[in-house]
Amino acid sequence: MAEPMLAVENLRKSFGALAATDGVNLEVREGETHAIIGPNGAGKTTLISQLSGTLRTDEGRIRFAGEDITELPAPERSRKGLARSFQITSIYREFTALDNVALAVQAHAGHSFRFWRPARADAALRDPARAVLEEVGLGARAELVAANLAHGEQRQLEIAMALATRPRLLLLDEPVAGMGTDESLRMVEFLATLKGSKTMLLVEHDMDAVFTLADRISVLVYGRIIATGRPEEIRANPEVRAAYLGEEA
Amino acid sequence: MKPSPRTLVLFAVLALLAAVPTLAAAFNQPFYLDLFRRIMIFAIAAASLNLILGYGGMVSFGHAAYLGIGAYAVGVLAHHGIHNGWLQWAVAIGGSALVALVIGAVSIRTSGIYFIMITLAFTQMLYYMGISIEEYGGDDGIRVAKLSQFEGLIDLANPTAFYYVVLALLAVVLLLVHRLVNSRFGMVIRAAKSNDARTRAIGFSPYPYRLAAFVIAGAICGLAGALLVNQTAYLTPEFMNWTRSGELMFMVILGGIGTTAGPLFGAAALLLLEDLLQGWSLLPKLVHNFWQFYLGIVLVLVVLFAKRGLAGLLRGSKDGADG
Repeated sequence: MAEPMLAVENLRKSFGALAATDGVNLEVREGETHAIIGPNGAGKTTLISQLSGTLRTDEGRIRFAGEDITELPAPERSRKGLARSFQITSIYREFTALDNVALAVQAHAGHSFRFWRPARADAALRDPARAVLEEVGLGARAELVAANLAHGEQRQLEIAMALATRPRLLLLDEPVAGMGTDESLRMVEFLATLKGSKTMLLVEHDMDAVFTLADRISVLVYGRIIATGRPEEIRANPEVRAAYLGEEA
Repeated sequence: MKPSPRTLVLFAVLALLAAVPTLAAAFNQPFYLDLFRRIMIFAIAAASLNLILGYGGMVSFGHAAYLGIGAYAVGVLAHHGIHNGWLQWAVAIGGSALVALVIGAVSIRTSGIYFIMITLAFTQMLYYMGISIEEYGGDDGIRVAKLSQFEGLIDLANPTAFYYVVLALLAVVLLLVHRLVNSRFGMVIRAAKSNDARTRAIGFSPYPYRLAAFVIAGAICGLAGALLVNQTAYLTPEFMNWTRSGELMFMVILGGIGTTAGPLFGAAALLLLEDLLQGWSLLPKLVHNFWQFYLGIVLVLVVLFAKRGLAGLLRGSKDGADG
């Protein structure tokens, strides 16, 4: 079998005495949508932050597309094709939606030591940005200041920024968090359209979203993966039911 | 595209500034030529601070350092008999850029209150260095007997000629900052100010861009320092006093942080207000003697009620390319 897109070995991260990530092993295969679920405080966001490079890892290795990226800072991981969305919406609030996405395009268009030509008149940045906004369904909102977009639209914008970097792997930290039912359905529908063409690692609380989207699911409890498998396997796993799904299933 | 009200007012103000020498001569008030030249020099310095403070979110509380470096470059060379203006100003700009590179390389690794304290500390170091060098007058300073010489081109000893040199440089600096902040480079430093984590996550390493902005700002302020010492014909470490750094910040905030025109509006407002409050003998003694107190009230009101300062009262262009 080909090398997985992402391979995590024995990953650890402690905050004082608390082992937030306690020896995680995880593989994400090329083209799959892999979901990580777990109760509150299981260490999901810590794990995502370690994978994206915003948190330094204490121990263990992260291999991405055959390359060890454990020591790389976040910007370099992004340039290698690893994109993330944040659990709490993270956009440039005072810039327009189009500016937001154009910046993501610019970050992957060589160095930015270009001092004179207006970036907003630069078709090499604006055209691809506009195309991505169309793709996520925000085409009509391109010129709006991001702060004035609805919450769901801001989440879409964040995905658009991630997509604009043309990632090989998308790390999505609770993409439907805080969304209304309609918004969240639309987001899940949209993510479903990416399935297959993009490799995705998804952290999510919303079980409907997870079971709709995921090819495989890993269950994280107290910083450890206690099970990995196809959705029906996870649903049937007694250990998982006891630890997490019990109250919901 | 139609220019925004803010852009129109900026051009109107520049046109008015161009008319000042004529008006000052007509009303026989040469003092105003001096005052407005001073305003424009500080506008250049404030514009450079606005680049890093307003657009880059780097709250440098030591920007007067570069005024000082620029002034010392000119004053010290003149003291040793080197009066060539090209050389003096080149050393002023280059020296400031170099000092900014060192200060920036250290301080940009920090943020928030630490950044403020480190930039302040570096400037205090330079200030006390200026005070302790007896050869250049120590804390008394020394007279600069001969202004920067641009032979065959322009004579700075002619107040009107000097005035137009400053006006031209101000226009160039405002244009330069405007182009910078709207270029790809400018978008990176503005993005890093807006949301640092997001900026890293989409693949930018902000540090080199921030440092470059810091150096450019230092260089421009160094030029302002070279102009200032020619304006006063006197070299003093007071140019680097921390209160001077504070004044530059006031100008940026009063004028409108993160706007092209703001630094000019702010410098004009602050220095005119200062002149009015302390100079106008018609005002009651209560105002006259405590003018700084009233200035403080104005600043508090601006910060509370006009977040983007004077420029913020005028509508800027819609696409965020601030005019």
